[in-house]
Amino acid sequence: MGNLFKIAIRNLLRYKRRTLLTASLITVGVVFVLVFISVSGSFKNMMIGQITDSMIGHMQVHRKGYVASIENLPLNLNLKAGAIARLENILDKQPEIVAYSPRIKFGGMFSNFVETTNIRLNGIYPDKELKSVPLLTSRVIEGKKILDKGGIWIPALLAKGMKVKVGDTIVVVATNKDGSVNGKQFIVAGVLESATGPGGRDGYIHIDDAGEVLRMEGMEISEVAIRLKDFGKLNAFSKKLDGLLSKELNQQDKPIFELHTWEKLSPFYNIARMIDVMTFFVKLMLIAIVLISIMNVMIMAVYERIREIGTIAAIGTLPGKILNMFVIEGFCLGIVGAVIGNIVGIVVILMLNMLKISFNFGQQTGLILYANVNPYDLVVISVTVIIVSIIASLQPAFKASRMEPIKALRHV
Amino acid sequence: MSLIKAENIKKDYQVGELIITALDRVSFEIAPASFVSFVGPSGSGKTTLLNLIGCLDKPTKGTLKVAGADVASLDRKESAAFRGTNIGFIFQDFNLIPVLTVYENIEYPLLMVQNTPAVEREKRVMALLEAVGMIEQKDKYPDQISGGQKQRVAIARALVTNPKLVLADEPTANLDHKTAYMVIELMKKMRDEFRTTFIFSTHDQKIVGEAEIIFTLEDGNLLDRHLEGGKQNG
Repeated sequence: MGNLFKIAIRNLLRYKRRTLLTASLITVGVVFVLVFISVSGSFKNMMIGQITDSMIGHMQVHRKGYVASIENLPLNLNLKAGAIARLENILDKQPEIVAYSPRIKFGGMFSNFVETTNIRLNGIYPDKELKSVPLLTSRVIEGKKILDKGGIWIPALLAKGMKVKVGDTIVVVATNKDGSVNGKQFIVAGVLESATGPGGRDGYIHIDDAGEVLRMEGMEISEVAIRLKDFGKLNAFSKKLDGLLSKELNQQDKPIFELHTWEKLSPFYNIARMIDVMTFFVKLMLIAIVLISIMNVMIMAVYERIREIGTIAAIGTLPGKILNMFVIEGFCLGIVGAVIGNIVGIVVILMLNMLKISFNFGQQTGLILYANVNPYDLVVISVTVIIVSIIASLQPAFKASRMEPIKALRHV
Repeated sequence: MSLIKAENIKKDYQVGELIITALDRVSFEIAPASFVSFVGPSGSGKTTLLNLIGCLDKPTKGTLKVAGADVASLDRKESAAFRGTNIGFIFQDFNLIPVLTVYENIEYPLLMVQNTPAVEREKRVMALLEAVGMIEQKDKYPDQISGGQKQRVAIARALVTNPKLVLADEPTANLDHKTAYMVIELMKKMRDEFRTTFIFSTHDQKIVGEAEIIFTLEDGNLLDRHLEGGKQNG
């Protein structure tokens, strides 16, 4: 086998310019794909990080049926104390969980005593919430980054529209699940930028204040946001937790809880999927580049060496060995293109990171793009290039191996 | 016991709708360690006959046995294996592999065809380099040596597997007269040394005289068989 490699490499070096051009084409393709995957992947991961770490959490547990009606923020689908205790008992035993945060979510009216508008409110335990969604405080663009009882964090667009500043007193009015209406005054403790764009209308108050506004007699929660130690194990842990939660049944023997990962809860997941689809098509382009360039160069190689093929076939080289000789040439071209492409790609990515390219997402401006080189991507791209190189070489190699020596020797 | 036995072999080629008979009712026998020449003008069927003997082609009719094997019965893979073991080839254009050195060209059949162990390979290649007087040029590439030297290398490559038979199609056609004689002398010397049968084709009358047995072909028919010294054997 080593001798086949020796002959293949020498044959590639025999046509240096052509080999260089083909290897360069593959290299450019690999660099392009690598940079695209790194930049788009980093953008995607950054966005997912922003959404999960500042708002949604990695996954959420609700009472069964809540998510189907989540736009209405139904108070009658809150989890009661017994269910909360059972849920916490399960969550506390999971080593994969870093933190979880119970929330009461409800809709209400927000008044500055002159004007009134609607608001979605999250009643939270600030300490638990900040452990579960640690980037939440980074969204506080004005005011205190600590939420005390009696304080409220309001969305920036609401603050602007209602001309409310930090320190102002406002009133939140909400209808509880019995239909009665209650109001409570809050001091604006902070102004939040939206994580999801101009439509964000989520404000935050202390969970005890939420209970007071809603006149709850006992503890109730709408959802529990969960943060994992390793986001990469999201799907595996989701399956595990789902299995555990599904065993928790109510008096009608039906599941109490439902579990959703961030993907089911955020519309950004569709954008993330689009990035994946685009990446797939870019990879297809790379495959086409490698396939066409290698096939072209190998067809040329076979055509130019017909007499040589005739000679080695005449002196007894078996067809399989002739086939291997040409496949190895294509394989070597693929290896060279993949290795140089990976090296150049990594250099380009490092240079992009040094340039500190910034971009805006929603209302967040000046986010710095850090493109990461994932070793998995390097391996996948390299293996793809090498496999496609071998496939592209097969047809010309097969043609060479099937050549009649007598005809090949007559070739001029 | 003959090395080659041809009985009434016929070879037809189809060119479009035309069928051209390249060889017709050709019969002969060649004994081991012979030094044989097929002569005749262009188109007489010399190359066709060498291709048949070399298992590169199959007769349309008749029987051709080479080293005990019926050429017509061998499939593609068996033919290749048979050639690799029993036949060496010397070509008019030398046909050395340009990316291999002189040493590697001679080594090629042992390495890529017969999978001979490294120690044995080196021993045989060095012996042949010595025999053909190319030891000094062993690390040169084919484009760095002369035509005569290339043909010496080709002879060494043909002999390195210890074949029963070496076929040379117009081996001196691309060489000057002096070099051509030297190549034929070398082939003879190799025959004496290795007891290998050499069959070569030529249309060069001066070279023909060097053969011990001469078969004359014309229009695909074997006309006569001469023995060395002008003795005729119908």
